[in-house]
Amino acid sequence: MNNPHHLNPTSLKSRFTTRFLRALTKIRAQKPISSSSPTEIFRRYRRIKVAADKSMAYSVRSRRIWSRAMLWKLRSRSYRRQDPCSGRRSGKTNQAIMKKSSNGNITRRREDGVGFVEEADELRQLVPGGETMNLCNLLDETAHYIKCLTTQVQVMKKIADFYSF
Amino acid sequence: MSGRRSGSGVSSISDDQITHLVSKLQQLIPELCARRSHKASASKVLQETCDYIRNLHKEVEDLSDRLSQLLASIDTDNDQAAIVRSLLM
Repeated sequence: MNNPHHLNPTSLKSRFTTRFLRALTKIRAQKPISSSSPTEIFRRYRRIKVAADKSMAYSVRSRRIWSRAMLWKLRSRSYRRQDPCSGRRSGKTNQAIMKKSSNGNITRRREDGVGFVEEADELRQLVPGGETMNLCNLLDETAHYIKCLTTQVQVMKKIADFYSF
Repeated sequence: MSGRRSGSGVSSISDDQITHLVSKLQQLIPELCARRSHKASASKVLQETCDYIRNLHKEVEDLSDRLSQLLASIDTDNDQAAIVRSLLM
């Protein structure tokens, strides 16, 4: 799997890299870069950050609870910008995510851990879709989410270093 | 150690399962990997996990910031192959 001579084209890393580079090109083409007002710089920063999350979420697709939650969040953001009356659609999708993830354990605050309910709740705030997950799913999703985050950071660092010279 | 918890009725998650998932998580956190094979408490692992995720989020933000300043020099059509190759190292 870790063949040093070929970048596996189907690996998460390469899927993310391709998407993210494409998004960067689009962002660059959108507005003239000469403008350096603080608002412009902030807008560019926001677009890049969203592009990074979007690229990662689309690379994982709907295989994970966290990626589904992130995709839903990203889509409802753009829906809201175009059409302010789409609230109902978002609500329906949220229920769908909850159904898929709850495993029949509906009560979130059950005592299924030994004294780390607070830490688990804190974690739920950090992992997309965490609020709907039982402890088992939360731990499993977190592990995958961390792997994806580290890939994201690694690739973004390489791109930034590459263009720093 | 029994997997059943009293008072919660349905308990379909066993302690063993939780322990296994927590130790799997522990291996991903650099802070906790440094320790030998000594198992950190679940509470500690979750705490460190939260800190680690927050750090990663911050790194993504900083890198987005850096990239936004470099954006003018990014011409990815020609360079994409080179970037992809350099990512292998």
